[in-house]
Amino acid sequence: MSDKILELDQVSKNFGGNHAVSAVSFALKEGEIVGLIGPNGAGKTTLVNVITGVQRASAGRIHFDGLDVTDQRPFQAARRGLARTFQIVQPFPAMTVLENVAAGALFGGAQASRAEATAAARTHLEFVGLAAFADRPASALTLSGRKRLELAKSLAMKPKLLMLDEVNAGLNTSEIDGALTLIRKIADRGVTILVIEHLMKVVMSLAQRLLVLHHGQLIADGVPREIVDDPRVIEAYLGGKFAKRVKEMQHG
Amino acid sequence: MTPTTRYLIFALWVIVLASTPLWAGNYFVRMAITIAMFSALTLSWNLIGGFTGYPSLSTAAFFGLGCYVGALSQRAGVPMILAWVAATVFVAVLAAVFGAIILRLRGHYFAIGSIGLVEVLRLVTSSWGSLTGGGDGLNVPLVQGGPNVVAQTFLAAMVTIMVIVFVVTVLVDRGRLGFGLRCIQQNEDAADMVGVDTTRYKVIAYTLSAMFCGTVGAAYASWTGYIDPTDTFSILMTIKVPVMCLLGGAGTVLGPVVGTGVYMILEEILWANFLDYNRAILGAVTVLLILFLPGGLLRISYKTVLAQLAARFNRLGAAA
Ligand SMILES: Nc1ncnc2c1ncn2[C@@H]1O[C@H](COP(=O)(O)OP(=O)(O)OP(=O)(O)O)[C@@H](O)[C@H]1O
Ligand SMILES: [Mg+2]
Repeated sequence: MSDKILELDQVSKNFGGNHAVSAVSFALKEGEIVGLIGPNGAGKTTLVNVITGVQRASAGRIHFDGLDVTDQRPFQAARRGLARTFQIVQPFPAMTVLENVAAGALFGGAQASRAEATAAARTHLEFVGLAAFADRPASALTLSGRKRLELAKSLAMKPKLLMLDEVNAGLNTSEIDGALTLIRKIADRGVTILVIEHLMKVVMSLAQRLLVLHHGQLIADGVPREIVDDPRVIEAYLGGKFAKRVKEMQHG
Repeated sequence: MTPTTRYLIFALWVIVLASTPLWAGNYFVRMAITIAMFSALTLSWNLIGGFTGYPSLSTAAFFGLGCYVGALSQRAGVPMILAWVAATVFVAVLAAVFGAIILRLRGHYFAIGSIGLVEVLRLVTSSWGSLTGGGDGLNVPLVQGGPNVVAQTFLAAMVTIMVIVFVVTVLVDRGRLGFGLRCIQQNEDAADMVGVDTTRYKVIAYTLSAMFCGTVGAAYASWTGYIDPTDTFSILMTIKVPVMCLLGGAGTVLGPVVGTGVYMILEEILWANFLDYNRAILGAVTVLLILFLPGGLLRISYKTVLAQLAARFNRLGAAA
């Protein structure tokens, strides 16, 4: 087990006849930033759902931090240090921004009391740059604000592994740069990060390693440079045109 | 409203209700007992329906069960207060078991499942004649003493139960449990993802919301001295309690108390003045209030209302 924080062994998830995830195996090492890419409907969100217990694996085993967590429930995942952000943000809309983060700290981050959770929540809001909005209702935030809130909430849970499901989707360039800086800072704290992204620019600049999912199957696992040269990946996901552009980017 | 203001208002209301024998006649004492009784039921419902956002319609099931457990215990020679405690415990256990099953359902499905329990228990009680007396009902040993002593005893009992449920509500509201329940009410999947053990929290909330209905039921049985299945497992009660809570403000600490007070006083006024149409008028008033005040009476920002009225008057003044 040693330095492997997460290990998937032949994990599958079927919805009726639809094999959303088929026999996927990989491992994440402690402290790594890994990108998970793949076209729409490839099974990325489903994979995160299975890892966090939102959906039950149809087959295979999942180990986290040396523990078999295949049958865990989401709240157990949260308490064990497995946090994730939602592709479609999921705030507690009528609560304040501060209360949203305090919920993460109290229940997932094992803070002893509501007062301590609130205090911890303030530092996390500071960290993601939402301190000024602490007492506003979460529903009043812009999309980029809500994504930051999701991050703060996940951080409050003191995660060992953080899975970011398209935290950058729908953001503008400067907002994305802000988010990238944040993600790097989180990684610097020693948190292992799995980034799910559509934006190649983002994954290429963040990830030390890439996993490529296509029709539920893991078709590649390696360093970003090799991945973009892998003909299977080019064919399945990037498309010839895009791969060429990436190459030009690298040479130019 | 600060918490202290809330507690003060509640304390005043308790004093008003508890002191009725000193300044009012039998009619008002009786009404105070009923208000305290329903307040306890509404506060209980608020824990699952308000805090947790699960529209339970099983109040009458737990009330009725409490009536029968209390009555049967008393008939078997158990002292009155102990019989009430027995009813509370029995109902709590049943609610925990039943809750673990039906709290998997959400929204309307949960509501229907929960009202089903009222019907099932009513049918069982009606049919199990050898134990419950069936449709003939059951007599409960009466409290010794004149009518005034009896009224004062049950006023004290119902007000005490109401205070207990209020204190439980405040403790839940301020603690970890209440915070978790609010997360569930806002977004159950997200609550699960931040580490709230949603199943356990929901079962605890449902059990807490049920057990004091059992106490109230047992006390009611001792008070009236006679119970039957239709009176105790009443669909009207199971609907009235959430309505009162919504009227005052579901999910707030004081809302259930305010809603119950307003509703019951309205009901009395309508009974007295519109003998034929009182139910219809009460229904219409309730629908209007809930439509136009979706957050309940306590959620109105009276400042905003006053500011709007003032603005309107100013505009009228300017136009004239
Ligand atoms: N709850 C569900 N029930 C049935 N089918 C589902 C469910 N969730 C996902 N699917 C199917 O599983 C497949 C994978 O979906 P998933 O959302 O995991 O893809 P994704 O890689 O996250 O896509 P995107 O990039 O659009 O977010 C799709 O075919 C989808 O329709
Ligand atoms: Mg997805």
